[in-house]
Amino acid sequence: MNTESIAVAEMDAREPSQRLIYRHTLPIRIMHWINVIALSLMLFSGLQIFNAHPSLYWGNRSDKGKELLTLGARQDSAGHLVGTTRIGSHVFTTTGVLGVSKGSDGTPEVRGFPSWLTVPGPAWLAMGRRWHFFFAWVFVLNGLCYVGYSLARRHLQRDLWPTRTDWRGIGHSILDHIRFKHPHGEEALRYNILQRLAYLTVIFVFGVGIVLMGLAMSPRMDAVLSPLVEAVGGRQSARTIHFIIAWAFVAFVLIHVFEVLISGVFNQLRGMITGYYKVDTGKVDIVKPDETISAEERSHD
Amino acid sequence: MTDRRSFLRIAIMGTASLIVAGCDRISQSDWGPKVLNKAEGLNRRVQALLSPSSAMAKEYTEADISSVFHPNGTTMPNTPAYQALMANQFRDYKLRVDGMVSRPAMLSIDDLKKIDTRTQITRHDCVEGWSAIGKWQGTLLSAVLDHVGADPQARFVVFHCFDDMDVNTPYYESVDVGEARHPQTLLAFALNDKPLPVPNGAPLRLRVGRQLGYKQAKYLSRIEVVKSFDAIGGGKGGYWEDQGYEWYAGI
Repeated sequence: MNTESIAVAEMDAREPSQRLIYRHTLPIRIMHWINVIALSLMLFSGLQIFNAHPSLYWGNRSDKGKELLTLGARQDSAGHLVGTTRIGSHVFTTTGVLGVSKGSDGTPEVRGFPSWLTVPGPAWLAMGRRWHFFFAWVFVLNGLCYVGYSLARRHLQRDLWPTRTDWRGIGHSILDHIRFKHPHGEEALRYNILQRLAYLTVIFVFGVGIVLMGLAMSPRMDAVLSPLVEAVGGRQSARTIHFIIAWAFVAFVLIHVFEVLISGVFNQLRGMITGYYKVDTGKVDIVKPDETISAEERSHD
Repeated sequence: MTDRRSFLRIAIMGTASLIVAGCDRISQSDWGPKVLNKAEGLNRRVQALLSPSSAMAKEYTEADISSVFHPNGTTMPNTPAYQALMANQFRDYKLRVDGMVSRPAMLSIDDLKKIDTRTQITRHDCVEGWSAIGKWQGTLLSAVLDHVGADPQARFVVFHCFDDMDVNTPYYESVDVGEARHPQTLLAFALNDKPLPVPNGAPLRLRVGRQLGYKQAKYLSRIEVVKSFDAIGGGKGGYWEDQGYEWYAGI
């Protein structure tokens, strides 16, 4: 027996318990990666725009002294620039990252967010706005396509909307997440209750909210949206909420990527790139896309 | 642990830097901005659909007025023509209105006050992100256009200003005729019941209710009614537009 046949034998021993499932359809995969690009560039260009006036307020006016948050700078006794982050009346020194950071020429400069987090890198508001509004359209159109497709294919109703059983398992699901325990086998194919709630919140609260708050900052749209603008407290409130939701998206992405990393990164990536996801139980066979769908449809009819 | 943490930090910063550097190359290319600028036309058309040309900007109450209306951009024009007018409290000031009009005119502030005036408390939104609320009193631009007999074939109204942004580069702006004839578009001569202060654009500035701050040209010297602004300044319809900002400043 040579080494090759040993390897085959070992695989044979393992293979029967694994199955490739066609999990993510091509449109979902394409829209997912478009969203990755759009969200990243919206964040980077959004921080460039924020840097033009790195303060947040509540209400309709930007009154001096009423800032909720300010990324600022001062000089210390030696004349060096010190970056500061002021939240309410609390001031933190954040030199190097917020308030003061190295510019493209390597010398410290006064700027809200650092150049490695803004598009464009240097202070360039006009270009930042071009990027932001271009990818805002990509984000919105991609999002509408996603919701339309998911409704039509019942992805939203079937995979994301929580069932009564899902709700009952919420305590269990929270414990599993805290313990970093991930379901294997068939169970891994279903989104658990926390995933469902997270995805629904991100799509319908964060996604819809950030677009509406963006529109609420547009003076032309405010001619028709002023009830919404006033309902959230004013244009500056809308700007503040827009900023907070942007960071909520970042928090979601960090958790999402973390979960992907600890639940089998290669399998998850393959799932979102090729569509095929491997589960541990079942017999050796590759379920073809159309077979999966017809099987799913049968089970729901 | 610290090793892993610094690895993570370098990985995140490195990835972000790569993306930013790539985007910077696109920003500086010929094709990049052309593609990105496609959004401007879409914004203008879709916003005109969602928010019709007759829609009004919200008007606020006296209680909402900013205690300080932050002046931005030029706060003291240093051109000799402006300095001479200021020395005499703008008593000799006359706004020139010409271009595609049947009766070109030179209008003093008193002349303007005799044409249809309005008072409104509206919000001013700067492209930088901040907002301020002020009470503006001024002459309806639409009435001024009727007064001089603006040609119905004209498409834009261009506002020429006294302040030089760079050497021999005066500030200017433009709006289309629809925006110029909107009932909240004023040639404002008073802010918060006082003659317009110099930092805010004395003696006369433009107020467009539904566009960003850079459209609200200060220190008006001349209004020109035109079919196209291609031959004016850098050809993009305004000083900031020539620097890369959108001509459509509704968002």
